[in-house]
Amino acid sequence: MSPDFAIRTEALRKVVPVGFWGKPATILEDVTLDVRRGEVFGFLGPNGAGKTTTIKILLGLIYRTGGRAQVLGYEAGDVRGRRRLGFLPDMPHFPDYLTAEEFLRFYGRLSGLRGPILERQLGQMIEMVGLVDARHHRLHRFSKGMLQRIGIAQALLNDPALVILDEPMSGLDPHGRKEMRDLIVRLKDQNKTVFFSSHQLHEVELVCDRIGILAKGRVIAAGDVPELLGAWCTQHIEMVVERLDGEGMNAARKIAERVTVQGDRVVLIVPTQRDVDALLDLIRSRHASVVALTTHKKSLESLYLEHFAAAADVSLS
Amino acid sequence: MMILVIGANTLREHLRDKILYNLLLFALLLIGSSVLLIRLNHGDSERLIVDLGLSCVNLFGVVIAVFIGIGLVNKEIKSRTIETLVAKPVHRCEFLLGKYLGLVLTLATNTLLMLGGLLGVLMMMGMAIEPMLFKAVLLIFIELMLITAVALLFSTVTTASLSAILTLSMYVIGHLLDDLRTLTLKIEFGLRVLLMGMYYVLPNLESFNLKGRVIHHLEIGQSEFLLTIAYGLVYTMFLLFAAGLIFQRRDFR
Repeated sequence: MSPDFAIRTEALRKVVPVGFWGKPATILEDVTLDVRRGEVFGFLGPNGAGKTTTIKILLGLIYRTGGRAQVLGYEAGDVRGRRRLGFLPDMPHFPDYLTAEEFLRFYGRLSGLRGPILERQLGQMIEMVGLVDARHHRLHRFSKGMLQRIGIAQALLNDPALVILDEPMSGLDPHGRKEMRDLIVRLKDQNKTVFFSSHQLHEVELVCDRIGILAKGRVIAAGDVPELLGAWCTQHIEMVVERLDGEGMNAARKIAERVTVQGDRVVLIVPTQRDVDALLDLIRSRHASVVALTTHKKSLESLYLEHFAAAADVSLS
Repeated sequence: MMILVIGANTLREHLRDKILYNLLLFALLLIGSSVLLIRLNHGDSERLIVDLGLSCVNLFGVVIAVFIGIGLVNKEIKSRTIETLVAKPVHRCEFLLGKYLGLVLTLATNTLLMLGGLLGVLMMMGMAIEPMLFKAVLLIFIELMLITAVALLFSTVTTASLSAILTLSMYVIGHLLDDLRTLTLKIEFGLRVLLMGMYYVLPNLESFNLKGRVIHHLEIGQSEFLLTIAYGLVYTMFLLFAAGLIFQRRDFR
């Protein structure tokens, strides 16, 4: 395997027995991914696409039925690969009879840390996630947000080269999401590879270098974010204009898809960047002002429904 | 090393479990109650105290071994803590053996405390403490190690409730194997083969029972004593090996 890749999967396949008679059901059909070292990779897909199953194979929690999977140069599940890996599950479940400090000490020892190095890392992590005051509290007293924080601390305790985050934004409030995004950017700055799954397109777009899109157990698209999402994502652009006179309004109606008058303001909806440029020329010539310019993007779900459902159906048939 | 880390944490988990203290308190009260019971009994007081004491050590030990043993792995899977534990650089066998070690340490603590209670009652009543008593407790402990391994094996393949039923069944059958052998002499060939198969395959738990010998002051030969310990340990290792093989292949979906 090339040392340039933190994760490589090739035609990864997972079939599981379902129901009383163990009828085989295919969870992953063909997952082929390359995640380069040092990049932030977003693993996208609607619920049930197979994101968590892929992550669990990478971690060695479940075994693949077919294909190949390598993590940091080792077969998925190999203990040597897991030495430099940090993982935060989608729902943080940890031994709740332990205090935050005991929990991190226990997980640190499992990661191979000992003595002063463990204690130094433990102190740094507790401080980084802002749980210094709660370090002697048992985890069963922790809120979901605090559990998420201690989960981040355990994932980063061993200074991992690769951090795998399963739906890290789900269930977080806007402040928590912002903190998580900042953390991902910080990890990238430290030259760590971050692989995270999500079904929220806008979160991914903000922090990822590259993405892979999973649908019905298949990777149906992978590549650079602007390349993949730029063309598909913009639904419409909304421009709010002040002091647009009657003549300007008539001209704007010819360019804009929709025009709504709200008091002395006009809201113009246009589909493309070229229309925005044309409107800006018009607004300048009429001595009006642009108050707001907002790009409205499609959700991953609508994108999936429009562009990928058909593709997935074809590829699976 | 990882086995010790997981074992120590498992011991801490159990020591923070209130149910364990309730069981221990109940057992100690029962052992202590023999002081009152001898007032109602006109027979051999020492026999009653030793009999009740050893029975408590055995019974409460089995209850803890079975009901904590079946949850050793299942609880981690059900609560999904296994996901972050197994994602650490730990071999699955190390995890399993660490959990087992933790429960064995819990049982050792518990057994020692109950033995302490029994010795306290015997000393309080001014009765002699024979070395056979310690041998009997050691064999009870070996039996508990074996029962824990049975519970662990079942819990790697089936649900917690079914594991409990199967382990308790194994405990009962294991103490009735000699009767089973007697029964084979009186039944038809097909069933006899099956029962003889069970006799040889299932653990003979009655061999760990020295209560009768302690009560009747009968010594156990050194070789027989060591052989019984070896039998229990080898059987336990075999069960742990089987549990490890199954656990190694399991998917944590």
